[in-house]
Amino acid sequence: MEEDKKDKFLAPENEIRQVTAPDGSIIEVNPLEDYFSQDRPKPYKVRKGPVEDFLNWARAESLWVLGFGTGCGSIEIPPLVTPRFDMYRFGIQMRATPRQSNVFVISGYLSVKTLKRAIRAYEQMPSPKYVVGLGSCTINGGMYYDSYNTINRLDHYLPVDAYIAGCMPRPEALLAGFEGLKKLIKAGKGHKANEYVENLDWYKANQKKIIKDWNMPDYNW
Amino acid sequence: MAKSKLFTMNEDRSLYPELDDNGKPIVDLSSHKYVKLWQGPQHPGITGNMSLELTVSGDEIVESKTHVGYLHRGFEKLLERRLFVQCMPTSIRLCVAEPDTNEYVISNAIEELGNIEVPEMAQWLRMLSLEMARLQVLLRQVPGQAGTFALGLGYQWGSYIRDLILDSFEELTGGRVYHMYIIPGGVRGLLPDGFKARLLEKLKLIDEFIPKIDKLIFNNVVFESRARGLGYIPKEWVDEYGVYGPAARGSGIMRDVRKTNPYLKYDQLDFEPFVTTEGDVYARTEVRRADLIMTVDLIRQILDKMPEKGDIKAETPNVLHWKIPKGETYSKCEASRGEYGMYFVTDGSKFPRRVNLKGPSYTHANALLDKLLINANISDTAAIMVSLATCPPEIER
Amino acid sequence: MQKGINNLIEKFGASDLEERRPGLSFITVENTKAVAAITHLKDIDGYTVLSLITAVDWIEDGIMQLTYLLNNPAEIAEIGLRVMLERKKEAGESMETIHHLWPNAKKWQQELKEMFGINFPGSPNINDDFILEGWDAAPPNRRDFDTKKFAEETFFPRPGRETHDPAEHMKKNMYPKNPADYTNKKYNPNR
Repeated sequence: MEEDKKDKFLAPENEIRQVTAPDGSIIEVNPLEDYFSQDRPKPYKVRKGPVEDFLNWARAESLWVLGFGTGCGSIEIPPLVTPRFDMYRFGIQMRATPRQSNVFVISGYLSVKTLKRAIRAYEQMPSPKYVVGLGSCTINGGMYYDSYNTINRLDHYLPVDAYIAGCMPRPEALLAGFEGLKKLIKAGKGHKANEYVENLDWYKANQKKIIKDWNMPDYNW
Repeated sequence: MAKSKLFTMNEDRSLYPELDDNGKPIVDLSSHKYVKLWQGPQHPGITGNMSLELTVSGDEIVESKTHVGYLHRGFEKLLERRLFVQCMPTSIRLCVAEPDTNEYVISNAIEELGNIEVPEMAQWLRMLSLEMARLQVLLRQVPGQAGTFALGLGYQWGSYIRDLILDSFEELTGGRVYHMYIIPGGVRGLLPDGFKARLLEKLKLIDEFIPKIDKLIFNNVVFESRARGLGYIPKEWVDEYGVYGPAARGSGIMRDVRKTNPYLKYDQLDFEPFVTTEGDVYARTEVRRADLIMTVDLIRQILDKMPEKGDIKAETPNVLHWKIPKGETYSKCEASRGEYGMYFVTDGSKFPRRVNLKGPSYTHANALLDKLLINANISDTAAIMVSLATCPPEIER
Repeated sequence: MQKGINNLIEKFGASDLEERRPGLSFITVENTKAVAAITHLKDIDGYTVLSLITAVDWIEDGIMQLTYLLNNPAEIAEIGLRVMLERKKEAGESMETIHHLWPNAKKWQQELKEMFGINFPGSPNINDDFILEGWDAAPPNRRDFDTKKFAEETFFPRPGRETHDPAEHMKKNMYPKNPADYTNKKYNPNR
């Protein structure tokens, strides 16, 4: 992080400060370095043969979706969890925290402000994890291709496993998309999280190009 | 200030901050007595991404600040680059939950400035589409209010019936969520064959649904004890803070554009919006329940009084060369959340000069919510937000 | 005529009255008298609700127009007060604040500061981020900000998006012999 940006955007609680320890000595604390891990993420091990097949089957049949509706596509999520379309029967359910979920549905356009939160939430999810881009906005910007505040291509910022096209996609399309994701995972093609880790520098450069007030650690463990 | 029965305020105020002359707590964060808690941007209890920066003392909120902008797409700028007809598909995405009101306000503004008279049949069809939209929102919102107290069953029932209404929309317009049925000059089509009968059949389901949610929600002791006295809006705040629609009617002030400035054919319908004076979350839920019943009644009246046939669209200039003379207007209608208006300026060219949308959430979610949350319990935040029907996309556009 | 309009013309020298429809008028007041006029409308004429504050950028006339829309719920009337500010090339027009009259006004003023660059000295938290975060380009709602150019430079447009100007396309394909026909025809959906 550059020095001048640090002053401008750093939240007051993250500033370097002096703290008095219980024994009376004075310690300097830099929250971004001391409170957050600075380690780079490592790719997880992809096994081979029947073990991997079994793991993939288990991963595919329990898609836990993070309940973070990022855009207007989130209006079609409630019908999915209610009796008419009921996605529980496919082993898909909504979770409230990124630590418990392995699917991130980017439901529609992402404004720059939300993208920052989405990256944070994505990085906090345990691997293997999958991203589903919902709606035309995540593919090429869709209706907002010329907007100054929404991104055009999601795959430049997060690794996308599956797209569901439409504006807005129907609940049936969402279910079909999840089925497609399951097939991908079972075929052993669901390791985009590793790609993200391997190409971390490229993704981070893209992310930092538009998130001007980068005031968090490089990788949010 | 009236308080919820279940979470009473701690009598011993020595642990809490002192109040200044305006009744605002004096908070000194460096005293280590308070915790900053962020609710949002993702939160299942709200209808969109918005975050609240709460300062809490114990489990009581002493300060709240609304942060918006997570859904900002720059609509007002984008519409300046669109032809009048191209404005339609973009502008309906302004508020996702109830897109039809966007269609109406922008069509109405274009017609008003372009001097276009809408045929009678089209006006009835517009009214039908607007009321159906209100119905689908209320079917989510009335049980959703109980959902914020973790009573999710009503929401499941409501969502099912809402889906049937969306099916009707699909039949009428071809779209499930975004309909684009109302276009400048009129509407896109007549009712399909047998549509009336099928819609009336679905309305019967709602008649059966009301007693069910009465039993489940309104007679429920937990809901009652938590919602009564919560988020109290006094009558005097309605003008000062800009409270609209059901929230104002819950505080004893009649605010309904359909009644005060009748648009379309609302003057030919027989209805009386429900007004109650308690001003708390329970009262606002009651108002919405009464609205739900009234909307069903209005749809029946519309289907009954509507002419069978007629012109559905006035003649408009070629949409690719349509220039509207210089002028400005404010076109408004009643959404399920309250007065929904659009300030529209044209400059004689093919594009709008300036479009500014103003929904009730703008005033509800900013100064009013910050004020209502003071001294509330953390667990009641979602309930207060949902009772004000905050819809973030219309705040930041 | 609506209540309060006579007062505005006589006491505050308002001009350019435009009655859009019964119950909605737009009128221009000088920027030095605007806050006094708004206070008068609120306290004496019953325009107790502030519907919106917004701006219109008339770049070619060098004018930045502020519109205050006030609502009188008792009389069912609305007045749009136009205040013409001199437009500056770089953002930084200035106007008196009205946050003391309505608590919500400070939010609108914060938005105008961010999206148009109009300053309201004295308004609380006027320099805080409201909608945008870490924005360092020109205020986006000003006319001279080109959103398409900005989006193309900042984000990564997916190649393959084709745009056809509908007018040119129709002239070429539907009226190849006499393009004038196309302009003369009126669109009629009932036909």
